[in-house]
Amino acid sequence: MGSRVATIEHLPRAKTPRTFFRRLRAGDHIAWAITALAAAAVLAITLLLVWELYSSSALARTKFGWSFLIGRTWDPVAGEFGALPFLYGTVVTSALALAMAVPLGVGAAIFLAELAPPRISDGLTFIVELLAAVPSVIYGLLGIFVLAPLMRRAGAPYGVGIMTAAVVLAIMILPFIVSISREALLSVPREQREAALALGATRWEATWQVVVPYARLGIFGSVFLALARALGETMAVTMVIGNTPQIGASLLEPGYSIAAVIANEFTEAVEDLHLSALIELGLVLFGLTLVLNALARLLIVMTKRKGAEQ
Amino acid sequence: MVDNLEIVREARPHAAAGPKLVVSGLNFYYGDKQVLHDISLAIPPNQITALIGPSGCGKSTFLRTLNRMHETIRNTRAEGQVLLDGEDIMAMDVVQLRRRVGMVFQRSNPFPKSIFDNVAYGLRVNGWMRKRPLAEAVEHSLRRAALWDEVKDLLHESAYKLSGGQQQRLCIARALAVDPEVLLLDEPCSALDPIATAKIEELMFSLKETCTLVIVTHNMQQAARVAEHTGFFLHGKLIEFNRTEVIFKRPRCKETEDYITGRFG
Repeated sequence: MGSRVATIEHLPRAKTPRTFFRRLRAGDHIAWAITALAAAAVLAITLLLVWELYSSSALARTKFGWSFLIGRTWDPVAGEFGALPFLYGTVVTSALALAMAVPLGVGAAIFLAELAPPRISDGLTFIVELLAAVPSVIYGLLGIFVLAPLMRRAGAPYGVGIMTAAVVLAIMILPFIVSISREALLSVPREQREAALALGATRWEATWQVVVPYARLGIFGSVFLALARALGETMAVTMVIGNTPQIGASLLEPGYSIAAVIANEFTEAVEDLHLSALIELGLVLFGLTLVLNALARLLIVMTKRKGAEQ
Repeated sequence: MVDNLEIVREARPHAAAGPKLVVSGLNFYYGDKQVLHDISLAIPPNQITALIGPSGCGKSTFLRTLNRMHETIRNTRAEGQVLLDGEDIMAMDVVQLRRRVGMVFQRSNPFPKSIFDNVAYGLRVNGWMRKRPLAEAVEHSLRRAALWDEVKDLLHESAYKLSGGQQQRLCIARALAVDPEVLLLDEPCSALDPIATAKIEELMFSLKETCTLVIVTHNMQQAARVAEHTGFFLHGKLIEFNRTEVIFKRPRCKETEDYITGRFG
């Protein structure tokens, strides 16, 4: 024992103490500083955004108060601004789009991940990812030239309207749902599937009762991403929604969305109040996204059955 | 090739039934690569049969063909005959086959569900829906897996709260719930400490009454401890199959002797 201690004492001591610069060279501190800065930047940008939206909308906020949210008139000439038709348009188009795209997208993802032969799966996935890269204005054009005439024949008075926008949105968000859900399904460990099969589950039972629940967080994630995209989509929506600030009795009638009205009117807004009202709409959209995201998180927590922590 | 049908009869002269599983001329391919060469052996009923051999020798692949689990991997092909109680498994409905031939995997793989739901899963896919019988069957399976006393108050907690050894016994309980005739165990103890391993071995002994067990193991002592019969695989071939004490004390083949004395692998 004693000799061992002696050996340690006789080890050559590190010649130079670990000074600040030496430690820097090791990289730990630099890495910490850079990554912390990056994380802080995200937070700072978000806060700045909220602050800017909040302070620039002061005029409209003081004039209308909370009634801005329930006002149904949007009249820049008369100086009267209410956000409800836009809120309605944004929420309803996004909800309808999700209602159409989620079953279709998750179904496609299950087929691609679980059932399709690999060559077909890879080919189709490539096409799906290509769809995600198509600029939204192209979808808008498609909506105007192909979908709107169809909708007119189906009974929509102008062809353009809430329903038309919802269908275009559904097509646009579909690739996100398919692509991310497929990844989530593919990352389920093989042992999970095999455990179910070894118990005499059919392939479909193993997929639906074991693989899909295991991947559900990823599938939810794909839906939230799709929702975020639908809420904020501007170009394609403004091309097909009809741009009329009203809450129509029918979904086939024209409407308007928050993102669309901001894009359309921002350059023409000369009155301070009009500009301020548009910025407040931006704040409302931000708040809406925040609330829906919070609800989505809540949904995850609630659907997480007891004993299902992963 | 050692013809072990004789050995099986010799070991259990009073057994009314013949071997539980008879494999003859089994070849297995991953794409173009042949990984099993002309395997023939018979697995006696209500005993433990161990398969040993170095990594990549094909013993796990062989095990997986016994309930056709290899079919979940694309580009695999099995040729030859496997008879379960005289019935060709390749011609059977695969879902039916897997209800009769259960499997426990190398890494414990409980579902992200409660302990109860894990064990009940196999019963539910087999159409058990009523609450009382389901609860009784779950308890029975957990008792058979020697896990009941440890988990009876945690039935509705996550299976992931259990320790590694408990999770593996839960997986055995889950497999036992559907009352399989054969239980295939693919290195079930490779991730477990000696105490958990001992519990699983003890459990295997108690299961022999109702089940035929086939275990793939890296651990030669384990094979020596638990198995009546042992098969030694090397390079995709079954080199030797015999009663365990013969394999370990008087192996007939040089390769077997080299392996069990630790000269390679």
